[in-house]
Amino acid sequence: MHVPDGFLDAPTSVATGVVAAGTVALALRGARRELDERTAPLAGLTAAFVFAVQMMNFPVGAGTSGHLIGGALTAVLVGPWTAVLCMTVVLVVQAVLFADGGLTALGTNVTLMGLVAVVLGYGVFRLVVRLLPPTRGGVLAGAAVGAFLSVPAAALAFVGLFAVGGVADVSLGAVAATMGGVHLLIGLGEAAITVAVLGAVLTVRPDLVHGAAHLRRAVELAPRPVVAPASGSTR
Amino acid sequence: MSRRNRGFLLAGLLVALLIAGVGSYYASASPDGLEWSAEEEGFGHTAEDSAVADSPLADYAVSGVDDGRLSGGLAGVIGVAVTLVLAGGLTMALRRRSGGTPDREPAPADLGG
Repeated sequence: MHVPDGFLDAPTSVATGVVAAGTVALALRGARRELDERTAPLAGLTAAFVFAVQMMNFPVGAGTSGHLIGGALTAVLVGPWTAVLCMTVVLVVQAVLFADGGLTALGTNVTLMGLVAVVLGYGVFRLVVRLLPPTRGGVLAGAAVGAFLSVPAAALAFVGLFAVGGVADVSLGAVAATMGGVHLLIGLGEAAITVAVLGAVLTVRPDLVHGAAHLRRAVELAPRPVVAPASGSTR
Repeated sequence: MSRRNRGFLLAGLLVALLIAGVGSYYASASPDGLEWSAEEEGFGHTAEDSAVADSPLADYAVSGVDDGRLSGGLAGVIGVAVTLVLAGGLTMALRRRSGGTPDREPAPADLGG
């Protein structure tokens, strides 16, 4: 998904750069509400983890491959504003140190994977979670659907940018069909990895998961079981 | 940071380092979805080399290290470390300092996002 230099013309790259910069500026403010002593280190780890997993391209047939974007996973784990920042750091490191994704295309890549994938992935997650009972399974189902759809959404957002500022003169419909089709397949991998990682974190530290806060509130609101006063209890 | 948090974070970091340092060698080398689509639809040739295409870590390989497994693994470990320092530094700088109310949920009104 990392857009190289050259695919999009200069005005489009500048425009996505402005969008990316504005998004990051907003996220720097929004993330303050999501980050505290417990979640800030987790956010740093999540970014490093996404960097690592993005190196693991998996085959999707027909001589092509895909890798996790991680926008939905990160948003569910640490919150959407923080996710924008985490994804941006990953993309900057990849572009500057590893020449993965162009430098002039950095704004485009932040827009596609740091904004579109995060917003759509997290938005769909919230919607699905609201429709399902407040259980661990509901959280995982929401994350799966959000992660799955975030990939073709980012791919089609690229096609939209390509329609405006694509350098090559090729059939847009064909580009949309090819990009959308292959990224639907990659989205399945995105959903599988997202569920595996989120499921693992929910098992050991559900209290750290931003998108599972409603589960904790549900537990707190539930009638407490009557327990005989325990001797020596400090709670 | 509590011992419980530290253990969780160290375990997570270990998994990330293993994936980037060891697992990445086994990743598919096929072009990714965008690259493949670009070739299929005839605009792959419009890609240009990044200005940092000759950097010592370009394409997840450490220049000067000939062994592919070592070179890629080292690049992955460096990437995880740099990402952790940058993202962790940023999020730690932005975090709310707990002024005597640690480990409590924020009020429901704060959970809107």
